[in-house]
Amino acid sequence: MSEFIDEVLEFIDPLFEPAFMIGSIKALVIAAALLGVVPPLVWLERRLMGRFQVRLGPNRVGPLGLGQPFADSIKLLFKESIIQSSADKFLYHLAPAVVVFTAIVAFAVIPFGEPVTVFGQEIGLWGANINSGILFIFAISGMGIYGMVLAGLSSNNKYSLMGGLRSSAQMISYELTLGLSALSVIVLTGSLNLIDLVQNQSTVPYIFLQPLAFLLFFIAGVAETNRAPFDLPEAEQELVAGFHTEYTGMKFAMFFMGEYINMVTMSSMITLLFLGGWNAYGLPLWPILAFAIKVFFLLCVFIWLRSTFPRLRYDRLMTFGWKVLLPLCILNLLVTSVIKVL
Amino acid sequence: MVPLAHYLLLSATLFMIGVVGVLVRRNAIVVFMSIEIMLNAVNISLIAFDKYMNQHDGQVFSFMVMCVAAAEVSVGLAIIISMFRNKPTVNLDEFNIMKW
Amino acid sequence: MELLIFYPLAGFSLMLALGVVMNKSPIGSALCLIGMMLGLAGIFALQQAHFIAILQVIIYAGAIMVLFMFVIMLLNLKGTDTKWRARERNTLLTVLTTFLALGVLYKVITVIFEFNLDSPAKVPDTFGTAAVIGETLFTDFVLPFEVASILLLAAMVGAVVLAKTKLD
Repeated sequence: MSEFIDEVLEFIDPLFEPAFMIGSIKALVIAAALLGVVPPLVWLERRLMGRFQVRLGPNRVGPLGLGQPFADSIKLLFKESIIQSSADKFLYHLAPAVVVFTAIVAFAVIPFGEPVTVFGQEIGLWGANINSGILFIFAISGMGIYGMVLAGLSSNNKYSLMGGLRSSAQMISYELTLGLSALSVIVLTGSLNLIDLVQNQSTVPYIFLQPLAFLLFFIAGVAETNRAPFDLPEAEQELVAGFHTEYTGMKFAMFFMGEYINMVTMSSMITLLFLGGWNAYGLPLWPILAFAIKVFFLLCVFIWLRSTFPRLRYDRLMTFGWKVLLPLCILNLLVTSVIKVL
Repeated sequence: MVPLAHYLLLSATLFMIGVVGVLVRRNAIVVFMSIEIMLNAVNISLIAFDKYMNQHDGQVFSFMVMCVAAAEVSVGLAIIISMFRNKPTVNLDEFNIMKW
Repeated sequence: MELLIFYPLAGFSLMLALGVVMNKSPIGSALCLIGMMLGLAGIFALQQAHFIAILQVIIYAGAIMVLFMFVIMLLNLKGTDTKWRARERNTLLTVLTTFLALGVLYKVITVIFEFNLDSPAKVPDTFGTAAVIGETLFTDFVLPFEVASILLLAAMVGAVVLAKTKLD
């Protein structure tokens, strides 16, 4: 028995080391920052959309409408949560949780700056530095599909079911393009570690070496986050609201949060893979600021795309994914590998 | 350090759960899932032996097992869909036209 | 210390595997199977096979199970499968096969404990990384690798042909 107690003590011993403390604080900060970035992002999107469509956007609550996100969150928090009587209760509650959980966990391996030294402890500006960081992100974002699938299945509503079906088909199709276009960058670097990737781009960002891969990755990334013009799963005009038709109040807001956090993760991925991460290329910027500016720019491009392009038809979307993007990806990978070997 | 026997036991138990699932369940999709359990159980012992003997062959083979599983599932589910078109059920006992 | 991680993970996987077999609705079975695969990914990671663990999540939990979910949604199989317990007219056969399975399991367990398996090899730090597995895959196992790719291609064509609706 005492042996067992010893083993347990040995097991929990690392919990009191500074590395563990730093890790948990980092995890808390990252999760809180991700959740906190959603309301400003919604505000940004609504303001920018307003400008793009030659109108004002929200400007009544507070200066420049900055109070709008708070008003919206309070409204969503206090709304009644309606659950359909014929819905599968357990799955119905599970679905939004899966969406937000996977969105936050995927961000855990994204590095956003060089290590800094605080109180004699070297702290890396990332949640975790694992060897196959890119694969981890793909794995976790693949799990995110289940949130939409479960929402579609459990709501007992034909629009939700259609939305769930569409989202799973779309995300499987575009994940291939996403993975293969990232692979051509991995071939250049020879490492699956995101920090190595950024360090290899210290002179030239990969967007100049791999312009086609960048374009394909960006398109697939927009499709993967279910943003317009690829927002088929929730096409308002045909499917009411797709997989989250039956959700109200905070659970609806969780789907919303998941979408925006995924947008941030995808922008960070593009920054790390193609835009050189936190490398400032001679500009007098802190590494973390350089990273943030690039991510912010990409987020604005995401919003710009939404207000520019009309939604694709569903069959065209699948044809585009399988017959245009995927062959181009494979071709790009082939050419890259041949050049690398020569 | 976890002894090898533990992994092998886990693998054997999971495999048996899969076998019983295939034999007992009549829902075609659940039978498929039980087959997946068996394939996964095999992967455990492949990797456990790999670690035990410090080789990489087992990991390569578990990779192959995943390939085979993917191929099997895509064809199998296509068969289930085309059977469902002929007769709207997935109960395997009801597909008995060829039986005398 | 690793045992304290192993036991919860193994118990979790076993419970969920039983859940797959005993669940009444196909959706429940599929969810249990996803959970089991994630648990097994944890067990692979515990054995330092990190690459295979991530592949397990990407391929099994991320692609194969989505396919299952997709088919369940497509066929709309929400009706509960009430008659799962007794295979009609074959209750005796079911009981017998279960006993047979348990017997085989017992035999396997005795064989495992007959041999002395307590001298594992020393494992280097590079064990289970993508680089090492890739090297083995593309040197010693090139032929199986090519055969696997042909298998996948054949499966893809087969699935398309089988599931296609005939256009009259």
